[in-house]
Amino acid sequence: MAADLKFAKSHEWLRPEAGGLVTVGISSYAVEALTDLVFMQLPAVGKKVKAGESIGEIESVKAVSDIYAPVSGEVVEVNTALPSHLETLGKDPYGDGWIVRIRPDNPHEADQLLNQAAYDALVAGQSH
Amino acid sequence: MEEHSALLETPLCRWHEAHGGRMVDFAGWKMPVQYASIVDEHLATRQAAGMFDVSHMGRLSIEGPQSLVWLESLLTRRVTGIEPGRVRYTLIASTLPAAILDDALVSRDRDAPDGTPCMGLVVNASNRPRVVAWLRSQLPASGVRLSDHTASTAMIAVQGPLAISLVGSLCSPGDAARIAALGNYSATSATVAGQPAALSRTGYTGEDGVEIVVAAAVAEQVWNDIHTAGVPRGLKACGLGARDTLRLEAGMPLYGHELREESDPFAIGLGLAIQLDGRSFPRSDIFAAQKAGQPARVRVGLEFDSKRSAREGNSVWDGQREVGIVTSGSFSPTLGKAVAMAMVDEKLAAAGTSLDVLIRDTRQAARVVPLPFYRRRKPTAQA
Repeated sequence: MAADLKFAKSHEWLRPEAGGLVTVGISSYAVEALTDLVFMQLPAVGKKVKAGESIGEIESVKAVSDIYAPVSGEVVEVNTALPSHLETLGKDPYGDGWIVRIRPDNPHEADQLLNQAAYDALVAGQSH
Repeated sequence: MEEHSALLETPLCRWHEAHGGRMVDFAGWKMPVQYASIVDEHLATRQAAGMFDVSHMGRLSIEGPQSLVWLESLLTRRVTGIEPGRVRYTLIASTLPAAILDDALVSRDRDAPDGTPCMGLVVNASNRPRVVAWLRSQLPASGVRLSDHTASTAMIAVQGPLAISLVGSLCSPGDAARIAALGNYSATSATVAGQPAALSRTGYTGEDGVEIVVAAAVAEQVWNDIHTAGVPRGLKACGLGARDTLRLEAGMPLYGHELREESDPFAIGLGLAIQLDGRSFPRSDIFAAQKAGQPARVRVGLEFDSKRSAREGNSVWDGQREVGIVTSGSFSPTLGKAVAMAMVDEKLAAAGTSLDVLIRDTRQAARVVPLPFYRRRKPTAQA
């Protein structure tokens, strides 16, 4: 997987983009664990969020899960095509399945997130 | 990483684990909630067939010369009129603080050569311990033998338009014909996949099908044979997730959700299970008053235009007035939208009534619709 990805323990990923923005999505492990996705709620553009705060929800047949902001900042773009094409999350979770773009308050906050190897180790522990 | 070591396991547990079953704690049993996709398992059951391990449900037998009279004094449904080979839906009420202990299927499986009936009860896994304890506390000194066969047997539900022909393909032509001719809520015995089995034309999915009880020792072989024969025809093994969405679409109540200890069965649409007929049984006076009265809230179906699902406990609103509570809710794979069952004020229960459900701080528009949400088409002539 791409070396530039960072992960939150709550299974969101983050990728730094040009111009100081970050793109956020949910990991393929999370998509697989949820399965049967039926509904997604996105935040409004302009929403100010704090790290760890809910920025939306994703619902499967069995349950609803919050999507958490991995860093504090302002939501500057949302993937409006996604809620009506939730299958994209499974097909391309780190590409077309992106969820929001955030302008972080602190450009270094993402440094505290997990790198790919640490996240893989976390997931390996959770899946028995 | 949940700790599963204390959980009960069905004879099919190893099969589920070997086939990708996501195992969860359900009523103290280690059960598969799904193998891959709940929606795929659900749709396979609607379109072809689904097979379900329902061995966690309690299987009791009541035998002896006094068994009919004794059960008649305890169940809300009359049992003295049940003919051999017939199954009825009943409630099990008690005089304990836990009033309605369970809902159950009671059957007259067969009569012994001396004419005494052998009765069966299938109860919910979550309620089995207290139902067995209650029944044992009510046993007469002699004349009734109550046995719990849950651990020594397995129960496999095969449900869907292909279920009867599929099970028949694993039987002798004579047994297959008898199973095909079996009426709804009727039971028989047959040799299925080479093993002696008790079958009933019952289920919890809204589809045609059978529930098959076999000895625990042969359960995996019978399950495998059905699975192997069925997969090429579209059958899928299904977990409890699909079982729940299927029963919800079929408008079937689930104990602990629609039906509770203090429920008014007439308000839930379960009046058929209460046969008063001047009889006396636990809670019969309360049931009589409930039958004569007008319930404040009744069970309705709610349909949403959204796919956002109401869940158990969500409140139901008519303008600024709270008028009900959701008892079960989910995305309906067949309808492609969210549905729910709810208890709402009786005056707002008419089909077409617009209501709101408060789902995680957001109101979602819903309308009352008749139950069930899904009704299968009448079976066509057998090919």
